[in-house]
Amino acid sequence: MVDAAKQSASEKPYLSIANIVKKFGDTTAVDGVTLDIQRKEIFALLGSSGCGKSTLLRMLAGMERPTAGQIILDGQDITKLAPYDRPINMMFQSYALFPHMSVADNIAFGLKQDKMPKGEIDARVAEMLDLVQMRKYANRKPYQLSGGQQQRVALARSLAKRPKLLLLDEPLGALDKKLRQQTQLELVNTLESVGVTCIMVTHDQEEAMTMATRIGIMSEGQLLQVGTPAEIYDYPNCRFTAEFIGDTNLFTGPVVVDEPDRVEIEAEELGGRIWIDHGITGPKGMQVWASIRPEDVRVDRDPVAAGPNAAKGSVAEIAYFGSYSVYHVKLGSGKVLKAMVPVNRWHEANLEPPTWGDQVYVSWRADMPVVLTR
Amino acid sequence: MNIQRLFKRLKPGRGAVISIPYFWLLLFFLVPFFIVLKISFAEQDLAIPPFTSLMNLEEGGLLHLTLNLGNFDFILSDDFYAKTYLSSLQTALFTTLMCLLLGYPIAYAIARTDPARRNVLLMLVMLPFWTSFLLRVYAWMGLLNENGLINSFLLGIGLIDEPLMLFHNDFSLYLVMVYAYLPFMILPLFSHLVKMDGRLLEAASDLGAGPIKAFFTITLPLSKNGIIAGSMMVFIPAVGEFVIPELVGGPDTLMIGKVLWNEFFDNNNWPMAAAVATVMVLLLIVPIAFLHRFETRQLEGKGNE
Repeated sequence: MVDAAKQSASEKPYLSIANIVKKFGDTTAVDGVTLDIQRKEIFALLGSSGCGKSTLLRMLAGMERPTAGQIILDGQDITKLAPYDRPINMMFQSYALFPHMSVADNIAFGLKQDKMPKGEIDARVAEMLDLVQMRKYANRKPYQLSGGQQQRVALARSLAKRPKLLLLDEPLGALDKKLRQQTQLELVNTLESVGVTCIMVTHDQEEAMTMATRIGIMSEGQLLQVGTPAEIYDYPNCRFTAEFIGDTNLFTGPVVVDEPDRVEIEAEELGGRIWIDHGITGPKGMQVWASIRPEDVRVDRDPVAAGPNAAKGSVAEIAYFGSYSVYHVKLGSGKVLKAMVPVNRWHEANLEPPTWGDQVYVSWRADMPVVLTR
Repeated sequence: MNIQRLFKRLKPGRGAVISIPYFWLLLFFLVPFFIVLKISFAEQDLAIPPFTSLMNLEEGGLLHLTLNLGNFDFILSDDFYAKTYLSSLQTALFTTLMCLLLGYPIAYAIARTDPARRNVLLMLVMLPFWTSFLLRVYAWMGLLNENGLINSFLLGIGLIDEPLMLFHNDFSLYLVMVYAYLPFMILPLFSHLVKMDGRLLEAASDLGAGPIKAFFTITLPLSKNGIIAGSMMVFIPAVGEFVIPELVGGPDTLMIGKVLWNEFFDNNNWPMAAAVATVMVLLLIVPIAFLHRFETRQLEGKGNE
């Protein structure tokens, strides 16, 4: 009994967002989001611009007041708390460093608000400067720093108060691509070494996949799917997620066969049936979508056995990426199917790679497609 | 390479553009100042113009240079001038402070409203400039004097039994001074405050600073240059203000502008008036130059530590 109680207490989420709604006039920016975050998690809210992810983040920071719903952090209801009373700090997009203060003063700012003794402030600032390797620059002003250095100062400033929750708004959005990739892992290492619970907002799926332990996909104010990067990529639960994360081919049609061991979808655009090796729960005849990743599509020059999960087409486009190529195969219906083919696929079979206009045959295994009902 | 060549080709043109304001300043500020300086070293004379010339070419080719330091000596020895300068600076300082205290919240509020309404509010600040300055001062006279609109109204509704002394005292002086100079404070302050990044205040709030604390630690320091610019725009002309103290000030209001007027028009003593003006310019330039040097040093210094 006691053990069970303990168990359930420790499983209680660290941060619990319950049915949060935010309306600006007639438009609903965040439409009933419910989300639980565990301690020390790095969670990424991923979505295109205007999907409500930034508004959700600003409600966590206290800069927007929710229209409805509740936010509980570590057992405390913080829904109506002012930003300056929350044990939450944020790293702003483009950093919002105070231009009239030195790096050290920027980091010390939050600590001074807490009336921390000066000796402790100095010690904490030094610790933070070491954490982000910026000790040499303690007396510089923000405008004297490069973009990457500013990002590190902003991180140090937001971590200085040891917040219960750290919010990152497009943390690397202001950096150029090469620096961004390098900084991603550096940032994750820092966050993990500090052991802070963290929610980041990004529109960059690669950034979310690299940095986060779990990802939440947002669109039009709603949280569509939550899961680890692998779960979301392998088992998208809707068309939006399937298309937003990675690349995919979607076919639609009614379910014509639904047995425990297989589903068959009559896909008009394919000119045949899609066969999937597991059953679904839903009425027969229901309209569904099948998502097939380009890397799961096999391209052959010779005809393959006619049947489900196969079609004939011609090469409309080839995009060469070095180790692999993406073939755009135009099917009889006019639908273009993308197939990712490793370069050595042809060398191993001792074949000439197909070129523009060539007739090819595409096919995939029955365990590859994912059935989507929305 | 190409850009360098472009700059080289542009150079004479750029020089010409930059030289225009310099030429303007030289012609209309520096040259007149040296003329005033020259007159201040002359003596009063019954002639046209009413002062002696400094240089005389005497017989035998002897160039005679006469510098009369008497005017400056008189200014320094008679404490009437010291008092007047002090009182002018005091009046200007108080006017500047009042303009700052009133103008800052106004400029802040305008900078914070949405851009559509902002222009209307700015227009309202500038609207008084469409009427002549002198007319506006006369309008105040009509409002404030013993039989003026304010007193008539208050007497009419029976709130007071005898007219309030609103006119020809320090109250009316400061009221009209602040009224006249307020836009010069609001406009530079506004232009600094409107550029301020709102996310800095969000960041301050996020780090635990309440609205008041955030104002004093972020907004105020970041608008420092606007405060300095606005204060200069008010303080410098206010020191030499003549019309307002003359028309609405009290009988014992001592302002250097009035002394200048008296020396120039009543006593017809151009050299004395020129000396008074020269001392005033020096009194203003020294602190400004000092402030400027302090500013640049602060800008350059901090980063290199």
